[in-house]
Amino acid sequence: MELVEVKKLQVHLDAFANRDVYLHLETTNGSYATHFNEGFFNAGAFIRNVVINYELGKVVGDSPHRVGLKLPHGWVYAQGITHYELDEHGRLLLAGHDGSGKLAVALEISETPFSY
Amino acid sequence: MTIPQERHVLVVFPHPDDEAFGVSGTISTHIKRGTPVTYACLTLGEMGRNLGNPPFATRESLPEIRKKELQASADAMGLTDLRMMGLRDKTVEFEDDEKMVGMMTDLINELNPSLIITFYPNLSVHPDHEATARAVVRAVRRMEDRPKLHCVAFANNTLEVLGAPDVLHDVSAVRDQKMGAMKAHISQTVWMLEEMENKLAQGDQETENWLTKERFYNYRWDQDFEETF
Repeated sequence: MELVEVKKLQVHLDAFANRDVYLHLETTNGSYATHFNEGFFNAGAFIRNVVINYELGKVVGDSPHRVGLKLPHGWVYAQGITHYELDEHGRLLLAGHDGSGKLAVALEISETPFSY
Repeated sequence: MTIPQERHVLVVFPHPDDEAFGVSGTISTHIKRGTPVTYACLTLGEMGRNLGNPPFATRESLPEIRKKELQASADAMGLTDLRMMGLRDKTVEFEDDEKMVGMMTDLINELNPSLIITFYPNLSVHPDHEATARAVVRAVRRMEDRPKLHCVAFANNTLEVLGAPDVLHDVSAVRDQKMGAMKAHISQTVWMLEEMENKLAQGDQETENWLTKERFYNYRWDQDFEETF
């Protein structure tokens, strides 16, 4: 993965617009957050291999960036995005990695389903 | 405590590396004696968060890395019967509960273990650990002739609930195998290992004890975590 450069990532987001794509979106504090910090309110969400079709995708802000996808009837967005990669299967993988190297958020789009 | 001779040992954990820190010495000891050991690992740790910064892997490439690490850990312990059960990390508790019991029952019926090692229900922190523990306990509860059930517990309130572990294994004779298993999972353990090796180099006795002793609780059927399932 490489650090997000807004102009480069924008080109990739544009390329996936207006077609059916599989979505992976996750936010996480890790399953041990409350174990290490007992007062911590641990929340997160995960969705994988749901098909969307966005008409507009935008990456905004300084790092960590925000990325939003406008759908005909709704929205998808993620904040905290630091890195991206167009992988060898042509999937656009975006992720937010904190200073200690832990993934905090991931937003991925692909024309073919992700593994289970 | 001397580790008793077993007929067959079945180890059930949900994540690659769950076996490494607390159980790999016990596994290696049984293998060294020629006792068959089966390790059923339910997921590939697909949702691991240690991906580095700069990242060394992506959410999509991590499973293949962890699969190789799991195999390397098995090799370090000399374990030949490694079962990857094909579930997805962080979803174990959402699987059908009866299906999970069935998965455990099938393993037990096939292998006829005299000892099963898993997590302790309600004291193992991660939702996948808890779901694994529940499934194993339920499967064993239904058996007429129950094998021994040794459980790993590490929730912050473990001492309050269970007291001190009643099974303590000295695994210093297989220290190298245990280090090998921990190092095999390098993508997830590198920071912890660095800290541990620093402490060991300084002669820290607590760390040495932690490395050479493994702690389990016999499952307390008289204080079963649920009445029936």
